[in-house]
Amino acid sequence: MNRLLRFLFFGVVVRIVVLCLLGLNVRHRERLPAQGPAILAANHNSHLDTMVLISLFPLRLLPRIRPAAAMDYFLRNKLLAWFALNIIGIIPVARKPETSVDVISCRASKPIHPLQGCKDALKRGDILIFFPEGTRGEPEQRAKFKSGIAHLVEHHPEVPVIPIFMHGLGKALPRGESLLVPFFCDVFVGEALHWSGSRVDFMLNLEQGMEKLEGEGEFNKWE
Amino acid sequence: MINLAVKPNVIWAVGGIFSLLLLASIIVSLLQWRNPHKDYRELRLRVNSWWGMIIVFTLAMVLNRRLSLVFFGMVSFLALKEYLSLIPTRRADRRVLVWAYLSIPLQYYWIHQEWYGMFIIFIPVYAFLFMPMRMVMIGETKEFLRAASTLHWGLMVTVFSLSHLSFLLALPEDRNPMGGGAGLVLFLVFLTEFNDVAQYVWGKLLGRHKIVPKVSPNKTWEGFLGGVATTLLCAWLIAPFLTPLSMPHSLIIGIIIPIAGFVGDVVISAVKRDIGVKDSGSLLPGHGGILDRIDSLTYTAPLFFHFMRYFYFQS
Repeated sequence: MNRLLRFLFFGVVVRIVVLCLLGLNVRHRERLPAQGPAILAANHNSHLDTMVLISLFPLRLLPRIRPAAAMDYFLRNKLLAWFALNIIGIIPVARKPETSVDVISCRASKPIHPLQGCKDALKRGDILIFFPEGTRGEPEQRAKFKSGIAHLVEHHPEVPVIPIFMHGLGKALPRGESLLVPFFCDVFVGEALHWSGSRVDFMLNLEQGMEKLEGEGEFNKWE
Repeated sequence: MINLAVKPNVIWAVGGIFSLLLLASIIVSLLQWRNPHKDYRELRLRVNSWWGMIIVFTLAMVLNRRLSLVFFGMVSFLALKEYLSLIPTRRADRRVLVWAYLSIPLQYYWIHQEWYGMFIIFIPVYAFLFMPMRMVMIGETKEFLRAASTLHWGLMVTVFSLSHLSFLLALPEDRNPMGGGAGLVLFLVFLTEFNDVAQYVWGKLLGRHKIVPKVSPNKTWEGFLGGVATTLLCAWLIAPFLTPLSMPHSLIIGIIIPIAGFVGDVVISAVKRDIGVKDSGSLLPGHGGILDRIDSLTYTAPLFFHFMRYFYFQS
């Protein structure tokens, strides 16, 4: 039942919102992975980011696509938790490590790594959506990337990381707003990055990849 | 059998347009066949996009009038959205933009009601007075004048001007027994778009002397005058089948449309140059965005509409 709802949500609701109300300008669509495991590393401005990224893939891949999302935010009440886990299909990530012990494992003795869920997903061959900024932050301003993603890739060096730069979604639905305003949005897909042997190097590559993508467009500051 | 909402002449005209398009596709294929090493992808994309646009336009026109209005409303929505995505808007004005979008269904509703008085003042008067008031309620004064004026300019171009096309459908059918409202729309849209193509082709063939080098370096006097001559000829030939225009009037329209179309084109070019983009979007492969395609219509539609109204549809 939940699987059907997820299909309907992404096949109908999300497509109407993303394609008719917003409208996307996707560059280098051919660089998207055709199958998992893979990590999509995108900048984060809006709740719409996840919807847009999932809508880039054909519906048959839907069960394979899992966004990593903050546990403290999305599991804060029952209804939201049901929606986030079953419809959006998130993998909860504990931003503060101590909470993971209580919620996921119900007082397990050994603390579980906050990214354990993501590692399991990659092992299953899923396509993981990851926002290295960790939060939406100020609309249309990129924050510094956190190194959690390097940790993930270190454990799964065979998995390609595809940087994706998005612009406009923070204008359409920024943090703290509930009214969606239609704007055309840009989605630039970068070339796949691979584990380079060191976390610092990898993070540098990722930041550079993202800057290069951002440089492909002409974007005004939004204030 | 589906009951078509248009007169037989309109169906013939649509048939003519599709034959032209077929001819264009054949020419592109022949060119590619004769010069296998040259890349005609851009041209091919352009022609393919024309197929898509004309098929959707035809369906919207011939099935029924309400569908036509919804279609033109969608075009206004896409154009306004493209415009607002291009220009620097203020973060404080998010909610004002929603009101700007809401003016579209209202404007097209007046047309559906055939309420000319409201149609003609809604954007220039009521929207013009309302938007700044809504902005004042938010209270951000930095860049206020720029924000208020760019927003209203966008509404005038993408909603007000463009909606004149739809009001042609609301004019009394009995005054144009040849083609009805759909005949007028088809006549205007065909001449405007064909003029764009003709100016482009003449410019490619003979273009030498630049006409507005600072705004649009590819536009030449040769292209412009070739377009005027071609459109004049087309207007003279087609007018008797689709419009109530007398012969002298059809010649005047045959001059007004290519000049106005050219001006609309370079005005949007100037806006794009100001913002620093080449195309207004990527909705139509080979053409760019929707504004790139309807730029000429934003000038020709109001001028053609008021010409027709003054000479043929006054009560």
